[in-house]
Amino acid sequence: MQHHLLKYLRTELLPTAFCTGCGCGTVLNLFCHAIDELKLDPDDIISVTGIGCSSWIPSPYFAGDTLHTTHGRSIAFATGVKVMKPEKKVVVIAGDGDLSGIGGNHLIHAARRNIDITVLLVNNYVYGMTGGQVSPATPYETSTTTTPYGNPEHPFEIAELVAAAGSVYSARWTTYHIFHLKKAIKEAMNKKGFAFIEIFSQCPTSYGRRVGLREGIDILKEFKKNSVNIKNLKKFTEEELENKIVVGKMIERSRPEFVESLQDVNKKVMEET
Amino acid sequence: MKFVQGDEAAAYGAIFAGCNFFAGYPITPASEVAELMSLELPKVDGYYIQMEDEIASMGAVIGSVWAGGKSMTATSGPGFSLMQENIGYACMTETPCVVVNVQRSGPSTGQATKGAQGDVMQARWGTHGDHEMIALAPNSIQETFDTLIEAFNLSEIYRNPVMVMTDGEIGHIREKLVFPDPEELEIIPRRLAEEKIDIFGGERIPPMIEFGMGSQVHVTGSTHKSNGMRDVSTQSVHDELVRRIYEKIDSNRENIVRYKTEFIDDAEYLIVSYGASSRPAYGALENLRKSGLKIGFLRLITLWPFADRIISETGKNMKKIFVPEMNLGQISREIERFVTCKVIPVSKIGGIPHTISEIETKIRSNL
Repeated sequence: MQHHLLKYLRTELLPTAFCTGCGCGTVLNLFCHAIDELKLDPDDIISVTGIGCSSWIPSPYFAGDTLHTTHGRSIAFATGVKVMKPEKKVVVIAGDGDLSGIGGNHLIHAARRNIDITVLLVNNYVYGMTGGQVSPATPYETSTTTTPYGNPEHPFEIAELVAAAGSVYSARWTTYHIFHLKKAIKEAMNKKGFAFIEIFSQCPTSYGRRVGLREGIDILKEFKKNSVNIKNLKKFTEEELENKIVVGKMIERSRPEFVESLQDVNKKVMEET
Repeated sequence: MKFVQGDEAAAYGAIFAGCNFFAGYPITPASEVAELMSLELPKVDGYYIQMEDEIASMGAVIGSVWAGGKSMTATSGPGFSLMQENIGYACMTETPCVVVNVQRSGPSTGQATKGAQGDVMQARWGTHGDHEMIALAPNSIQETFDTLIEAFNLSEIYRNPVMVMTDGEIGHIREKLVFPDPEELEIIPRRLAEEKIDIFGGERIPPMIEFGMGSQVHVTGSTHKSNGMRDVSTQSVHDELVRRIYEKIDSNRENIVRYKTEFIDDAEYLIVSYGASSRPAYGALENLRKSGLKIGFLRLITLWPFADRIISETGKNMKKIFVPEMNLGQISREIERFVTCKVIPVSKIGGIPHTISEIETKIRSNL
């Protein structure tokens, strides 16, 4: 018997190109579970991706309309898609380098506009596809292929950044927190407006290998050990929270949505003319 | 009828062509295109969005096309530079769209408010990799309007981005614009496949399937097979794809290329020009003809694909060809590839268009 979620995949392309132990498979798995539980028709989902390993999660594997764009620009392309097809669910899945590095400006501006797009940012701490170079999400002092003496920069707190930029939903989970993450994906997909989830995910090949966490499971154990739910923050001192991963929902609120605002303008102008 | 700027004529032309999506970013001397689009698009239930930069503008344009939009952007030199990667994406994914480049004096910030024609080669080769391009250069307000309609039509016929290369002069001067009867305009609709078929091969110019039609369309800028799925390692897949997107334009040169010739039957000398510089060039031609010089005139309306046949045919009978352009000889060098006679650039840069007498003097002193 075929697994009930295989209907969401372009099965002729399996197995995936992801490395052994990679977290991208977990994200794909949970994304399909969320779609299934929400009873969404995959024909009503348009996936837009950038460049990097996690952009391969829906492209090519998710069996729906897919726009695999240039590096960092998925949210800009998705903006055009959503404006012309507001009745469809538009989902962007891409990495930390893609969305918060080269595409960081599009990320914060889409959050500011509050366009109805769901963004899953898979944060594996590095540029994995190109071999593990430092990214805007790499922890301070970490050794990567381009910070051989340790990273002199500090990482973005991306979920907080997007919340501050104006998104109506922003959360952070890891690939260890599969039930929380699935629930968050469902909430984000149902949320009207710019809904964002930062997903810490393991990259044993390009990251773990260089920081003494050679297996995917080693990084998952770190996620488990180091995560603090945002609800429990008060129980910890600032010192204790250093190097912890704050998981949970950063923000959920309501603001007028961009495409609906555009439609309101058109309605008004067309009535007047 | 209206008395408008070239930038406004571009916007009106786009609206008449059925454009329903514009994403852009303010830049002199192209901002008036965006301003008028923001005013006019809501009246036809279209959408104007101002993006955070020109990279995003071009991205949003391409995304909107796959979601059913008839889309364009407008910019000038620095913005045109930023758009190049996504213009290449539009070539590779065969996404019909229109880019208006109101050229200004460069490189870099250059003379932001001054016109130039320095992006002619960038329009052809600005994005990386082998590709073909369609670029048009109107030289009046009416022609700018007409060119926008033609640009949208060409983009739909050939499934390729089309560049409209106006300049700060044409963009900002005001002239009479006569609106055509919309019923009489020939608007080429997008060719959509009626069933799920390969839309990145099969025919030289395949039909499209837009998103939301239940066909699980896969669009990628990576090398792909005719069904749109990525294959970046098979030599023949890349060869077939890139040759096809090259040849679909190259093999249709005669159907795309437009130009105007005058006085070439008896000509011993020839002026080739385009866009803003063709206006004083024509004045010079009239003076030179009056004084008895057998000189002809060829105005390029299509810059790319290049009008190689008419250039090589007329060039055969010429002693010299003079090329007034507001750059240091970009089209002049292209002409040299197709003729054996001497080609003399009549270049002017610095933000002030040629005067008639400057062109006339340059020609007289080089006969």
